[in-house]
Amino acid sequence: MALVLTEEQSMLRDSARGLISDKAPISHLRHLRDSKDPTGFSREFWHSFAEMGFAGLLVPEEFGGSGLGYVEAGIVMEEIGRTLMPSPFLATSVVAASALNRGGNAAQKSEYLPKISNGSLLATLAIDEGAKHRPLQTGLQAVRAGNGFKLSGAKALVVDGHVADLLIVAARTAGSAGEREGLTLFLVNPAAKGVAVERTIMVDAHNAARIELADVEVDADSVLGEVDQGAGLLDGVLDIGRGAVASEMVGLSEKVFNRTVEYLKSRKQFGKLIGEFQALQHRAAELYVDIEITRAATMKALQALDADVTKAAAAIAVAKARAGTTATRAVQEGVQMHGGMGMTDQFDIGFFMKRARVCEELFGDANYHTEQLARARGY
Amino acid sequence: MSDKASDAETADLEQFRNETRAWLEANCPPEMRKPATSDADVFWGGRNTKFASEPQRIWFERMRDKGWTVPDWPREYGGGGLSAAEHKVLRAEMAKIGARPPLSSFGIWMLGPALLKYGNEAQKKEHLPKIAAGLIRWCQGYSEPNAGSDLASLQTRAESDGDDFVITGSKIWTSYANYADWIFCLVRTDPSAKKHDGISFILFDMTSKGVSTKPILLISGYSPFCETFFDGVRVPKSHVVGTVNRGWDVAKYLLQHERAMISGMGERGVGRPLGQIAADSVGTDALGRLDDVMLRGRIASFDVDEAALAACAERAVDLAKAGQAHPAFSSAMKYYGTELNKRRYEILMSAGGVDALEWESERSRQGARPRAWLRTKANSIEGGTTEVMLGIVAKRILDLPGA
Repeated sequence: MALVLTEEQSMLRDSARGLISDKAPISHLRHLRDSKDPTGFSREFWHSFAEMGFAGLLVPEEFGGSGLGYVEAGIVMEEIGRTLMPSPFLATSVVAASALNRGGNAAQKSEYLPKISNGSLLATLAIDEGAKHRPLQTGLQAVRAGNGFKLSGAKALVVDGHVADLLIVAARTAGSAGEREGLTLFLVNPAAKGVAVERTIMVDAHNAARIELADVEVDADSVLGEVDQGAGLLDGVLDIGRGAVASEMVGLSEKVFNRTVEYLKSRKQFGKLIGEFQALQHRAAELYVDIEITRAATMKALQALDADVTKAAAAIAVAKARAGTTATRAVQEGVQMHGGMGMTDQFDIGFFMKRARVCEELFGDANYHTEQLARARGY
Repeated sequence: MSDKASDAETADLEQFRNETRAWLEANCPPEMRKPATSDADVFWGGRNTKFASEPQRIWFERMRDKGWTVPDWPREYGGGGLSAAEHKVLRAEMAKIGARPPLSSFGIWMLGPALLKYGNEAQKKEHLPKIAAGLIRWCQGYSEPNAGSDLASLQTRAESDGDDFVITGSKIWTSYANYADWIFCLVRTDPSAKKHDGISFILFDMTSKGVSTKPILLISGYSPFCETFFDGVRVPKSHVVGTVNRGWDVAKYLLQHERAMISGMGERGVGRPLGQIAADSVGTDALGRLDDVMLRGRIASFDVDEAALAACAERAVDLAKAGQAHPAFSSAMKYYGTELNKRRYEILMSAGGVDALEWESERSRQGARPRAWLRTKANSIEGGTTEVMLGIVAKRILDLPGA
């Protein structure tokens, strides 16, 4: 398949870009942050997003969704990255929808997927426990109790955790930390007894939460997929999330880069436009090439997901690793080339730097994914 | 996406894929399914060429007969007439079995595309089929002793004399000039014009009276490049490609193809993973990981960048075929691809340790690795230096001022 957008995909990009840049420019994020908005995103805008078919973009049509693929989800994520819009799209429409669609039984799918599609249900995956993303290190305990399970443990960096109506919790039903066997995903109602959700105000002013579960009782119907065999489902769902975050980082990188290049063409020092200085020109050119290469690697990874989620791991590792290093470079050059202005809160560049740092940690940083590739290649 | 026409197209392409796979399986000799390990393994064609082996001859002739030395050139010029999508399928199927290109040639990579765009019908009919059939080997007369990165300041002059130009001057870094049958050459036809304006692009036979070559010994101990001298070489004016004094347009267009070619140098993504090659000499720890944590990290980062660049190269071709490519993008690819290839060989030298230092022995295949390492240092110089490439990206793609 060609690594260029089809006509339909270009139209999707244009409509997403039009909607997002019009309704949620960076000032939207700034307003949510400064007003200490309790929701952390605009519910009103989320409903218009749902009406456009974006909330259920990955959901099959039989469950009220648009039935589109991961390339299309990446297109929307990239546009989100361009304005840093806080949105439930990643946690609910990409990650949770994929988990439910890939792992859910008929009853679970028909209960939750239509609500995701119409924008009435927010859901999120609770995976990380330590400071770094290490899915196999999952230690949150789920022990059999009566007809169901009792869950105890803590999760961090749960995106949209404080507004979610449904938690998808990765837990250990057997084995010990580090093992693939014995992982199970559970659907947990955040209002259930024993669930404590603490919203964590993060550096990027996007939603995240720490969640503690103390003897939370769930019935057998709340298992998503198979008991003890959750690692395979989790691999696919995380890879889908990684592809989406890589796309967000491509959009973010390109936007911060474009703003920086415009600045090089307008700022004068020593009687010259600073963009005339070769020291800056070559760094800008290198960064441009980095972004183009990362964009291609990300498209390749999304196409690999569309072809077969279970065979996309290497392409996803490449894309997420590249997206991390590229975005980091883009935001650092953005601040440096803007000079003192780049350090001010009034200027938007800092928002990009902060969001890039969070995206880098989400679902594994560049080191994590580079390591995964080395292992896959047997050295 | 699911209309009937595109369904039919997809079905046709699948049929082409199946037929191609079966044909390659039946026709590509096993010896031609692994990467060439030395220049002698590469078939360059030309009047004086000899095949290095019988499988090389068989593979070349079978591919030539299908027009697949140049799969996307029109059939009337000896090509395979494949569509963009079919060409991509053929490349993918060849890559899948590790099939070597049957013919390597500057005629295919550089002159051919320029002739297809700027040549007249007589020139296309004369030269393209001979390139496709590997009958004529070409070299490139671009750089001069005083015109390297500043190529347009070239001084080799072509003076009008009746129906001919008379060419006097010298070129340098002419790859394989001593083996080439013909040269495509930049000459100054109007010394009074501004430097980009008085240049013409001309073709002539290297056996013409007044042409001589002298190989240049490089740090690798090999001489892939020559100095080439022209002492009153008489060339018919009909051998000018495009318009007289407008040769810079042809030159630039050809450079895009040269840069695309150089960016693709190196055995990208074929053969054993670099980390496993390194493990042969460095060893592994109890967990089977390369027993040098810093080197392992460098290799893994290299692998990430190499895979990403491969996607970008694929996308560059797709964008070009969709008419969405920026004409200067080959400079971006050239910069990154050559720097990456240098990284690969620094890693290979580090991984090889003492074993990679032998220069003359059977064991080291006459110092194949250190010589290849040294050869890669030219990658970021030839065809436009990294610094020139970044300048082109800054000026032509980013539109930065005063570049």
